[in-house]
Amino acid sequence: MLWYTGKRLLQVIPVLLGATFLIYFMVFAMPGDPIAALYGDRPPAPGVIEQIREQYHLNDPLIVQYFYYLAGIFQGDFGVSYSGQPVNEILARTFPVTIRLALLAIFFEMVAGIVIGLVSGLRKGGIFDATGLGASLVIISLPIFVVGFAAQYFLGIQLGWFRPTVSSGAPIQDLILPALVLATVGFAQIVRLTRSSVIETSGLDFVRTASSKGLTRRRVVPVHILRNSLIPVVTYLGTDFGVLLVGATVTEGIFNVPGVGRTLYQAVLRGEGPTVVSFVTIMVLMYLIVNLLIDLLYAVLDPRIRYA
Amino acid sequence: MKIKRIGVAAIALAAAGALALSGCTSGGEEPTGSAGDPSAIITTNGSEPQNPLIPTNTTETGGGKIVTSIFAGLVSYTAEGEIENDVAESIESEDGQHWTVTLKEGQTFTNGEEVTANSFVDAWNYGALFSNAQGASYFFDNIEGFSYEEDSELTGLKVVDDLTFTVDLVAPEADWPLRLGYTAYFPLPEVAFEDMEAFGENPIGNGPYMLAGEDAWAHDEKIDLVVNPDYDGVRKAQNGGLTIIFYASQDAAYADVQGGNLDVLDAVPDSALETYEDEFGDRAVNQPAAIFQGFNMPYYLEHWSGEEGKLRRAAISMAINREEITDVIFQGTRTPATDFTSPVIAGWTDELEGSEVLDYNPEEAQKLWAEADAIAPYGDTVFDLAYNADGGHQAWVDAVVNSIANTLGIQAVGKPYPTFAAALDDRENQRLTGGTRAGWQGDYPSMYNFLAPLYQTGAGSNYELYTSEEFDSLVKEGAQAGTVEEATEIFQQAQEVLLQDLPSIPLWYSNVTGVSADTVDNVVFGWDSVPLYHQITKG
Repeated sequence: MLWYTGKRLLQVIPVLLGATFLIYFMVFAMPGDPIAALYGDRPPAPGVIEQIREQYHLNDPLIVQYFYYLAGIFQGDFGVSYSGQPVNEILARTFPVTIRLALLAIFFEMVAGIVIGLVSGLRKGGIFDATGLGASLVIISLPIFVVGFAAQYFLGIQLGWFRPTVSSGAPIQDLILPALVLATVGFAQIVRLTRSSVIETSGLDFVRTASSKGLTRRRVVPVHILRNSLIPVVTYLGTDFGVLLVGATVTEGIFNVPGVGRTLYQAVLRGEGPTVVSFVTIMVLMYLIVNLLIDLLYAVLDPRIRYA
Repeated sequence: MKIKRIGVAAIALAAAGALALSGCTSGGEEPTGSAGDPSAIITTNGSEPQNPLIPTNTTETGGGKIVTSIFAGLVSYTAEGEIENDVAESIESEDGQHWTVTLKEGQTFTNGEEVTANSFVDAWNYGALFSNAQGASYFFDNIEGFSYEEDSELTGLKVVDDLTFTVDLVAPEADWPLRLGYTAYFPLPEVAFEDMEAFGENPIGNGPYMLAGEDAWAHDEKIDLVVNPDYDGVRKAQNGGLTIIFYASQDAAYADVQGGNLDVLDAVPDSALETYEDEFGDRAVNQPAAIFQGFNMPYYLEHWSGEEGKLRRAAISMAINREEITDVIFQGTRTPATDFTSPVIAGWTDELEGSEVLDYNPEEAQKLWAEADAIAPYGDTVFDLAYNADGGHQAWVDAVVNSIANTLGIQAVGKPYPTFAAALDDRENQRLTGGTRAGWQGDYPSMYNFLAPLYQTGAGSNYELYTSEEFDSLVKEGAQAGTVEEATEIFQQAQEVLLQDLPSIPLWYSNVTGVSADTVDNVVFGWDSVPLYHQITKG
């Protein structure tokens, strides 16, 4: 187990180096001068731009810039954004917000998805099952920005149940609506995954054995059926958590959440190399760690799986 | 703003003549209606400043509205684009080149330090110094001693005593005081020069508002400003403070006004342009901004010079239905142009002689076009109009060329360039094959700023090579005029010359669109499209 974990962690290093270089290269290749963009509609004197380009090593070849950046990272310094803020500070400010949002969304989609999926699977072909399947199909096919704007307009503005946007500091109560919107996509997937997995497990020999030796349904469903049906669901949740951490750009934009997605989007627009690469580096790292945790979780769910 | 880098004006005026602006007009409207709760906090939209809040390094709108709120300059702008003395007691000159500035007594920064002549002279020297690399450094290039290449002191600034300093410009500039309400000209306290970066995070100003404590600026979220009780200038706040919330999209900000979480929004998102005026009624604002839009026909092209070119320019101008295009394509968020400046500039009028050339008149257009054809037949040459495709211009360009094609019976097409930079490159190098989109945004509310840099012979942004002795001499005369009123009158005459020649074919002025919630009153937008926050009342 330890050996396996160590091996996986070692694999992280080349993946990270590759990813940062690729992103650095892509930001470098973007058109437009990020320094000129700092001054809005009023371009400063050419000498001013030149000095700032010098300060950020923007006149050096790509590979030299990259090594400056890498040298900083190994000292725990992600550099300074073109607006003069340390990237470390931006990271420390935005990641907690996005993690909160992602956890809340995962919680919503997990609870609702597994419960509805389980009931649907146990009552295969019933009315509940048919309705659930139909509804999940509709939800899957709706683009998230449609769900987001609709929720903001009807629940936020018309009914006034939620704030239409997230207020400063991103308190939990403000994050509920964006989290619900984020949860819709994963929710529909989880319903479908849980349902088919439950149906498959219910037909297996050990479930019949358990029932025929006289165990109550109360015991058979959670311990024998559900637990053994959860492996595909957990795999999905893992990837989904990764996606939520890095990809809530649209939702964060709609609800003005000061998190990773919104900040990264703006940094890309401004061509802010140091900020973009640092964010992506942390994202890749989190994605890899979450996936490792998921793999380890398999062993807990299914004793047949052993890592050596 | 969608318009990119329309222009910069930092061209020195050739002016001489006595000018005294000590008692300049006070155009600020007295707030009407309820007095409001003096402790109420106004919330408004903004965006995260791109730089630390140092006045001379703040040229974009996000930081600009904060810096303008926490600092006070020598003058401030009224809603009409006029100036009134703020920190200054008087700004005087005999010849428009050598200025004497005196300050009001007893004004302080929020740390208690007195605002003196040194506060201005040191701040301007800091902003102008080459190695400080300040974004607004070019605003000082008309002061003696300025250099774009190396560190040099502004020798034209001399402190006389605590409340007086003199300014020597490199050339006479009659409307120089009009610049002084801009952020670049704000004073700085001594503490700023110890560590400018740190100061930019927690600026100490002398304006109507101040930062509400050390952590008032929550990056990427908002900034909290409260009233500065010691401020006693012309912009005394009628409310208790200002919270500027940073939005990544205008749609989110608009949703917040609708939901009652935001008081004032100064930019309505495109998605709401159809509906916002119905929804907000008289709480919606849709008025011209200091932005002029037109298109130019280069003088170096065949058919477009001399008498033939003059006739053709007038013909295409009258072939365009400006009213219809602004209504249909822009939902009324542009205002058809009647001159070459903007309605927010003092001296603007829609009654210039010859301005009927800007009215839609297909018969006259066809007649003039035929007259030009008599000089040299246009044949089946395709008329094209260049624009940058990254700025949302395609819709109106198509409408304009269709209007021209239908009226004159010629082939007319839009010619897209991928980026603004690519389009400008062909303009600068005189490589255009037809007309080009041309716009201008005023840096400060001066008519001269809209005319000289664009149409004077050999001027920096006169890419299409217009030249007129009559216009040149009028502009020169206006810059040397004794009073602003006199200058305005001469600049209007200069515009009448332009209306005959049409070096740029005026289309429309861009509008500022905004809304406010019913919790607030007295929301008035300034000439620079930013609301005058200090006079908003709430509750």
